[in-house]
Amino acid sequence: MEIKKEQNGAALTIALSGRLDAVTAPDFDKVVQNDLTGITDLTLDFSELVYVASAGLRVLLLAQKRMKKQGSMKLVHVSKDVKDVLEMTGFIDFLTIED
Amino acid sequence: MDINTAQELIVDAKVENLPLVNEFVEKVMAPLEPSMKVQMQIDLVVEEIFVNIANYAYGEGQGKAILQVQVTDSPPAVELVFMDEGMPYNPLDREEPDPEQSLEERKIGGWGIFLVKKNVDEVTYAFSEGKNILTLRKKIS
Repeated sequence: MEIKKEQNGAALTIALSGRLDAVTAPDFDKVVQNDLTGITDLTLDFSELVYVASAGLRVLLLAQKRMKKQGSMKLVHVSKDVKDVLEMTGFIDFLTIED
Repeated sequence: MDINTAQELIVDAKVENLPLVNEFVEKVMAPLEPSMKVQMQIDLVVEEIFVNIANYAYGEGQGKAILQVQVTDSPPAVELVFMDEGMPYNPLDREEPDPEQSLEERKIGGWGIFLVKKNVDEVTYAFSEGKNILTLRKKIS
């Protein structure tokens, strides 16, 4: 998985590409733990993300809980496969997903 | 009915071996030509079970994970049997998380087994001869 970050003031876009699985989720977790200080507007760009497993859902949940306190978070360009997993688990109900 | 022989993979139960395990399953299933969606569901199931074994079966110690995969083509289906020699543990006994739960109520973990149950047709657990044995079956349409 590749992680690209682009910050513009208090707005941060994180683009994930590849697979968000148990092997790669710790890398995303580090970004969520370390790079959200002062961020009020977080965008997760999933256009190149092809797969998410429970280890990835865990980090998404942590990120959403944190951003709810300090600003907002949205997911953009979510693929059908990834959306299926978010639907099955009900995560889709509290995540903001835009095209 | 043409039944392929079961194929077996024995690996160290370590999370970093996940790509190896996924590749093995994909190779065994290739003759069925599963759709991308089915392949993704199988990857997910394989990951959740294998990672559970890697993270918990042997506590702080180390051990092996054994995976047997058998495909049938009439009807198209796959059977996955995961075995480990760690602590007896039935993941199906675990209380299921609730997909209706709000963000605030929602626990961080517990979604792995939930995803497994959602993506296979049948899952059974047994403990036999010192092994945890989890058997999963999925029809491939």
